[in-house]
Amino acid sequence: MDAVSRDTAVQKEPSAEAEPGAETSAAGAGEATGSSTGPSTGLGIGELRHLYTQMLRIRRFEETAARAYTRGKISGFLHLYIGQEAIAVATADLLKPGDRVVTTYRDHGFAIALGCDSGACMAELFGKKTGLVGGNGGSMHFFAKDKGLWGGYAIVGSHVPVAAGHAFASKYSGDGAVTLCFLGEGAMHIGATAEGLNLAGLWRLPIVFVIENNKYAMGTPLSRQSPIDDLTLRAPGYALDSDRWIVSDVLETRARLAALVDRARNEQRPALVELLTYRFRGHSMSDPGKYRTKDEIEEWRARDPLHRAEEGLKAAGLGEDELAAIDDAIVQEMDAAEAFADESPVPDPEHRFKNHYVEDDR
Amino acid sequence: MATLQIREALRAALDEEMARDERVFVIGEEVGHYDGAYKVTEGLLAKYGERRVVDTPIAEAGFAGVGIGAAMCGLRPVVEFMTFNFSAVAFDQILNNAAKLRQISNGQYTLPIVFRGPNAAAHMLSSTHSQAFESFYCGFPGVKVVSIATPYDGKGLLKAAIRDENPVIFFESEVMYSVKGEVPEDEYVIPIGEADIKRPGSQITVITWGQGVPVALAAAELAAKENLDCEVIDLRTLRPLDDDAVLTSVRKTNRCVLVYHGWPYGGTGAEVSDRIQRLAFDHLDAPVLRVCYEDVNMPYAENLEKLVIPSPERALEAFREVAYRSY
Repeated sequence: MDAVSRDTAVQKEPSAEAEPGAETSAAGAGEATGSSTGPSTGLGIGELRHLYTQMLRIRRFEETAARAYTRGKISGFLHLYIGQEAIAVATADLLKPGDRVVTTYRDHGFAIALGCDSGACMAELFGKKTGLVGGNGGSMHFFAKDKGLWGGYAIVGSHVPVAAGHAFASKYSGDGAVTLCFLGEGAMHIGATAEGLNLAGLWRLPIVFVIENNKYAMGTPLSRQSPIDDLTLRAPGYALDSDRWIVSDVLETRARLAALVDRARNEQRPALVELLTYRFRGHSMSDPGKYRTKDEIEEWRARDPLHRAEEGLKAAGLGEDELAAIDDAIVQEMDAAEAFADESPVPDPEHRFKNHYVEDDR
Repeated sequence: MATLQIREALRAALDEEMARDERVFVIGEEVGHYDGAYKVTEGLLAKYGERRVVDTPIAEAGFAGVGIGAAMCGLRPVVEFMTFNFSAVAFDQILNNAAKLRQISNGQYTLPIVFRGPNAAAHMLSSTHSQAFESFYCGFPGVKVVSIATPYDGKGLLKAAIRDENPVIFFESEVMYSVKGEVPEDEYVIPIGEADIKRPGSQITVITWGQGVPVALAAAELAAKENLDCEVIDLRTLRPLDDDAVLTSVRKTNRCVLVYHGWPYGGTGAEVSDRIQRLAFDHLDAPVLRVCYEDVNMPYAENLEKLVIPSPERALEAFREVAYRSY
């Protein structure tokens, strides 16, 4: 791949086989980052089964939320994570206690992956008192500090300096934690992102910035957002390590993320990663997605990490009945989550006065 | 008592709080190796080192956001804006993150952070460098707003702001850093939310803050020569407002003039006026008047700038008007 591609007309789509990350030089260290050996091996079926189950939980949660939205149970904006589940699941699986995840308004998947109660998550979407943040945040603002979810942020790029601040605090206090900051490719062109990336590189903060490049900022393709199609080309300018790959295999994604997180934690090497992924639904519930072709959607469906994990489990000997049992249990969980949300009370009227100042809550 | 400049009093507050609490750190442009653009942070780098006196590139959104993220983790950042004019670039961080993260997380986070720096017009800096920002920062919940005009208030209120568990916007004045005043040797803290009577009086309540305070006091001197007795109230905290101090005085004098640096349209002066007409309507003998910037962008030329900025003479005219005196 060219060092800097100026060809805006053609999206250079690295193939999984080509291992694009191996071609992207690491800033500072001057060497390639990331595994070039493909999916990690040596893991038992139990491990893959766990990751598959978590991915399927997210998908079923989102499908349940989408149905509730169309029935008028959920209002406002609802941005679904369907198609991108492997990223949150891989992340949750490699975090150590104290590590922090900071993400965008497309945040349900991280909440489920990090162990938030699906009922509390659904209740938040329903605007209920029992919601994850008491009905104050809604879909775009899931926070669960005790689970490592340090927020869903809805002003694009605004969370990037804040996440750098978490990593600054880790360096200041020596707590050994790493912050993982997720952003869409659409957040790569706004000032706050540039400032956050620069400060993280300048101060060698323990942070990994992960671009979830799902190809579209709302309806605008990357080719109309950026003069380069490989966003990790910006990493050397901030002295950040980098890696880049298509997210089709949850185990590979976990392994390659883990390598970067380890370097950020132990070697003062912050990183900027670009994950090529796809959302199978529109930007939000109001978006029919007319800007994409059926062929493109089918191409990405063929790479769906959830299906790949399912095929992996089948190949490892898991039967159809066992897979069906996993799904049945998840469907039951999500039905229960929806019922919990539906039956929960709305917040108390006085609740709107709380939490603005510390004194409000004493 | 020691006699200190405002910059020295602010520095003493930073020094004492950094010595007292290891979580307190200073971050901003030129705060360390340059010793501060206005020398407020002079000597702190030598004493506390680069870990706690953090120089930044020119990136207000970046370092304001870093401060916010660090505060969420339990640190107590003091973010310096070289002037609040540059805070406009970081406005999203303050509006959408500092002021809202506690609420949208349903109380999971506490944000003990101070954003401080000089505010309002200095001298011949033209329109982009002469703005008063209190109307913007008082315009939304989730932050407290302080504006100081003396070394005593500066030290006591900065210590309070650093110890406060909420985001605090702390306004100073570029043209007042050298103003001297007495500061006690012993430690003291001034509670946020309490106004101060800078000059007691009986006939006209003059409400002011920040750079308006010396203007109001000079105008009160001029008024005294005309046998108009003004009570000058320095709000010191603009959010939350000390309604009691304002209303107690207005109910006594029945007349009120606001003297402040800032535009007339909307904002803090308008808010105070609204509260007075709403809460002390029956006590008023004249409309509440405001002496502030004219509704124009600040010109560079000295003669024009003087016309836009409130002066003691312009304030005196307003005092005469509410007292129904004509000359």
